[in-house]
Amino acid sequence: MPKLTSHPDEVKIISKRFGMGAANIDRYIELGGYEATRKCLAEGSEWIINEMKASGLRGRGGAGFPTGLKWSFVPKQSAKPKYVLVNGDESEPGTCKDHLIFLHDPHAIIEGTIIAGLAIGAKMGFIYLRGEYRYLIEIMEKAVADAYAKGFLGKNIFGTETEFQAVVQTGAGAYEVGEESALMESLEGKRGVPRIKPPFPAVVGLYGGPTVINNAETIASVPHIITMGGAAYAAVGSERNGGTRLFGISGHVERPGIYELPMGYNLKKMIYEVAGGVRGGRKLKAVVPGGSSTPVLLPEEIETLGMDFDQVGKAGSMLGSGGVVVIDDQTCIVEFALRTISFYQHESCGWCIPCREGTDWLKKSLTRFHAGFGTKKDIDNIQYLAENMMGRTFCPLGDAAAMPTLGFVKKFRKEFEDHLDGKPCPYAKHVEVALV
Amino acid sequence: MSSAETMSIFSPALSARFDALVLKYPVKRSALIPMMLYAQDEVGYLSDAVIEEIAQRLDLTMLDVRNVASYYSMLRFKPVGKYNVQVCTNISCMLRGAYDIFEHLEEKLGIGHKGITADGVFSLEEVECIGVCCWAPAIQVNYDFHDDLTNDKVDEVIAAYRAKAGRADAKGESANA
Repeated sequence: MPKLTSHPDEVKIISKRFGMGAANIDRYIELGGYEATRKCLAEGSEWIINEMKASGLRGRGGAGFPTGLKWSFVPKQSAKPKYVLVNGDESEPGTCKDHLIFLHDPHAIIEGTIIAGLAIGAKMGFIYLRGEYRYLIEIMEKAVADAYAKGFLGKNIFGTETEFQAVVQTGAGAYEVGEESALMESLEGKRGVPRIKPPFPAVVGLYGGPTVINNAETIASVPHIITMGGAAYAAVGSERNGGTRLFGISGHVERPGIYELPMGYNLKKMIYEVAGGVRGGRKLKAVVPGGSSTPVLLPEEIETLGMDFDQVGKAGSMLGSGGVVVIDDQTCIVEFALRTISFYQHESCGWCIPCREGTDWLKKSLTRFHAGFGTKKDIDNIQYLAENMMGRTFCPLGDAAAMPTLGFVKKFRKEFEDHLDGKPCPYAKHVEVALV
Repeated sequence: MSSAETMSIFSPALSARFDALVLKYPVKRSALIPMMLYAQDEVGYLSDAVIEEIAQRLDLTMLDVRNVASYYSMLRFKPVGKYNVQVCTNISCMLRGAYDIFEHLEEKLGIGHKGITADGVFSLEEVECIGVCCWAPAIQVNYDFHDDLTNDKVDEVIAAYRAKAGRADAKGESANA
């Protein structure tokens, strides 16, 4: 069972019921659960969307798109049924925040799903979890069954004329399915290959109907926003970045864990104070700020960096999924880059050629490089390949592979050069990556 | 689907679960991925017979089913050990010694990536991120997570599964019980 961690700087909104037995529906109700849904049933769609807009909540999957705005794009009238789709495919390396939500607060996910449904006029919601999370799928299924038994889901929810059905769906192992259109394909029983956009899911989504797709953490934030009010939630965060988020700090720190901190919280403080600093008193070499697809940052770049979408974007990286991976000075960046690209090569669905071929050649080049057989021209080739993948694929997987690679080559060129001419890797022991 | 009821290769419980599952969605085919995974849990892998019955239940061709199955990394066309030991070596786990754990397991079980022990009790696999990055290094044995590992803890975990396999054998339970 994943350990819960805590720090005085945390502002517990989404995580406030963690460790309190809230997976039990009666306990959840005792803790104020399902009040937000009742309120939304009374207030109606326009009010909900306005609260969401006021909250400044931006998509926690990584793109950071304003949630209220996303919901407002769904047409009011639609010949086809509308759907809510909760993305719990959580597969970006360095990211394990939704894991804790499903484990400790599954009813917050259900409430958020119902409220999203009320906002856009959907009668059905799907909660999609990655297949590896089987024990969490069982927790979610139990929570949904309990909510049906209480009349919170079904034909007449909370005794009203409103219908809302919820289905928990398992994945079966695919990073790519975390992309919204690939997720819809998977839910329709197909290979998780992305769709071309436009049309966007808000217009043509699941089963051809208008669909809102939100990350599990985004959805879990919704009932709390309704309870505390959009403006109060916005005030917790930084400018144009409302609220808190679950930052997952992993890698070479003393106290790795999930910490709920206000948007805009300083990254250096997050590493040195919240997570207890670099493990074993070593020096910080680099930080991946938001999951493995986000470009690496150097120690001097995090001094005053606030962790919100805009500030990290300005620093040349992305806030992404909020998965902070800390790398100490004993780590080989070439090996780290190789392991990162190996993942994307493994996960590329093969639909778009720049991604399929690009990830494969990057992996080959980096493998050869790390083994000491690289040439100086390879460094430029790696950069050239990555630059030519950017923006040339249906979905962001190609970019997700290219962006971190470019970051490593540009910021650690010297370290790449140290591997030239048959020189043994100065740090690493592991050369081959066994995955096929 | 009365023919599937009478001729199903699945247990009555799983068969009943599938009957209910197809009704949950606006489109029957949406049941395909969960069905394949749950069938695999019971049978051990996606055998021809499994693929045939799923295709029949969903009005798909066997090729449709294979085509989708081949996309998903958890679905397999060959059996694995009773306990499939999956070691995450992705970045967060790697930084905290995942490759040492993997090598330790290779040595301990005497098998490599995608190998199966001679007695069929264990198989070993290097896998991509399993979503336990903050509690790394971690492994997943079938569906159970074991996190914050050291080589010593790995030894305890393996010993516990070996004991469990021994007890199951003594009781004459089937391999996938």
